[in-house]
Amino acid sequence: MSLIRLDAICRSYDMGSETVHALRGVSLDIARGEYVAIMGPSGSGKSTLMNVLGCLDTPTSGTYKLNGHNVGEMDDDELADIRNREIGFVFQTFNLLARSTALRNVELPLVYAGADPDERREVALGALRDVGLADRVNHRPNEMSGGQRQRVAIARALVNRPSILLADEPTGNLDSRTGTEILELFEALSKKGNTLIVVTHEENVARHARRIIRIRDGLVESDALSHEAAH
Amino acid sequence: MVSWKATLFRMKLRTEVIEGLRIAGESIRGNLLRSVLTTLGIVIGVVTVTLMATAIQGLDRSFSQAISFLGTDVLHVDQREWFIDSDVKWDAVQRRNRITIQQVRSVERGLDGVLGVAPVVMQPVLAVHHKNRSSSAVMLIATTDQYLTTSGITLSAGRFMTKAEAEGNRDVCVIGADIAEKLFVHESPVGQRLYVTSEALEVIGVVDRRGTVLGHLNLDSQIIIPIRKFFTGFGSGPSCIIDVKVGDAARLDAVREELRGLLRQIRRVAPGQPDDFAINQQEELLERFRKVSGVIATSGFFITGLSLFVGGIGIMNIMFVSVVERTAEIGLRKALGARRRTILLQFLIEAASVALIGGVIALVVARGLVEVGKQFLSTLALSPGVVLLALGVALATGIVSGFLPAWRAARMTPVEALRND
Repeated sequence: MSLIRLDAICRSYDMGSETVHALRGVSLDIARGEYVAIMGPSGSGKSTLMNVLGCLDTPTSGTYKLNGHNVGEMDDDELADIRNREIGFVFQTFNLLARSTALRNVELPLVYAGADPDERREVALGALRDVGLADRVNHRPNEMSGGQRQRVAIARALVNRPSILLADEPTGNLDSRTGTEILELFEALSKKGNTLIVVTHEENVARHARRIIRIRDGLVESDALSHEAAH
Repeated sequence: MVSWKATLFRMKLRTEVIEGLRIAGESIRGNLLRSVLTTLGIVIGVVTVTLMATAIQGLDRSFSQAISFLGTDVLHVDQREWFIDSDVKWDAVQRRNRITIQQVRSVERGLDGVLGVAPVVMQPVLAVHHKNRSSSAVMLIATTDQYLTTSGITLSAGRFMTKAEAEGNRDVCVIGADIAEKLFVHESPVGQRLYVTSEALEVIGVVDRRGTVLGHLNLDSQIIIPIRKFFTGFGSGPSCIIDVKVGDAARLDAVREELRGLLRQIRRVAPGQPDDFAINQQEELLERFRKVSGVIATSGFFITGLSLFVGGIGIMNIMFVSVVERTAEIGLRKALGARRRTILLQFLIEAASVALIGGVIALVVARGLVEVGKQFLSTLALSPGVVLLALGVALATGIVSGFLPAWRAARMTPVEALRND
């Protein structure tokens, strides 16, 4: 059974007098443990697709089943719970809380899951150790490098043991060397069995994935194994 | 299953509240100057609330203390009411017959189950003399031995008049503390003679110091004499007041009714005719006072409400700014699983915290002002009730004015909020 099943997903926005069709019928299956890149030029609908996949947005029509849950029928609070349990987000701009330490940032999803403080701390410390930041636990974002910040964000994304790690241009704000480090970390996470979906417009980022889905004009243009994987 | 869910819900709520407090703390510390300035409106409002409530309490207490000499369980039968609201009534009251000493006797005989019944006649005299000393502005009080019970006075020296002295036209008197001080400097007053106009009286006792009522009526410049003595030496005309000490506040109304019936009988008031006497009690004075303090309170709290309103608008404004500033943070929190309620709670807690800080600052300020005010009205004190009121008002203002911004934050969609970067 697929972890993710999209069936004829459409998403349109009312922009005053005209309606913008961002997705025009996307169908996809992603299995547990896959490493997928979603590519497309700006305006292709890939951000909308990512929002739908991340349960941040609901489709106008079509069905989306995530890990057996029918996401399209959920209300705001149910979506919040699904995001909390099933999805780990990694953003281009890291989106860490500036006033909070690395540990507090990583604890955040556990706070919303209602975990008790001791357990929270322990799990968060473990997640930070896993991304190699055991010695940066009490640093604030402005005391860390870009690569370290993104690793804090990855630790935060993984701390709830989600079904999917969803990354939006994860290397977009990093220099190429640090970007490579992050991609190596993704590689390692994928090998451990995590399901990764990376949204990017950079070919050399997408290349690391096993499967590349290209979006154009709100439709899937191509869906194929990457050359890297083919070799 | 249900209880497990309920437990989880409570746990989540607790975590959310703790998290909310933490975020509020970080946010307030992060914008310390702004937060303190925001509280200014609340501070002014709460200071006003606190001072108003304290002042009213203080006045209340001071007034109650002042009139406590009347006694809470004492009925005062008089020719006229203490408060007469119309000219017509005033005219009618003027035509009433005086209350005679014989009528007092009849009341004494007819009324059972009370602690004491004392006739009282009061007459101001210019001065009393002893040797070459004098004490002026004295109130002559003619009564019987029962007065010791009905007035609740205590003696610092000597004794009160006996029944025999009261009935027997004896030349004795009990004097107030001020008179004792003025007339007898290096000698004990008891056993000495003093003169009221041309009547010589022997001092048999001195009353404990009682103070003045509202700064005017000096209870320590009184001289108490047997009522017979008054009628023979000072005049036979005046109407008596009858003080009835009930002894049990719960029976006050019952005794009042009994007394009324008895008086109507004694004074031969025809059925259907209104009473030609009045039964006054301390409660009436308190009621009058409460009406006045009620008006002060209403107008005061209106002004207070206005300043709190302004303070609340200040908080609402700053919370709207805070929500806009932290749109991206709200988006992130939502992406990570914060529900609407979580976000709502977070901003409500922040608004409430800011307001509560204002409340605490206000209490510190008010405390200082109350200390200053004590020099003018000694009964002023910041009571625990007022402290709670102040904090409650601050908290309520914070929550009410924080609600709209918090609601706006809670209703943001994560996509929109995250886009705002």
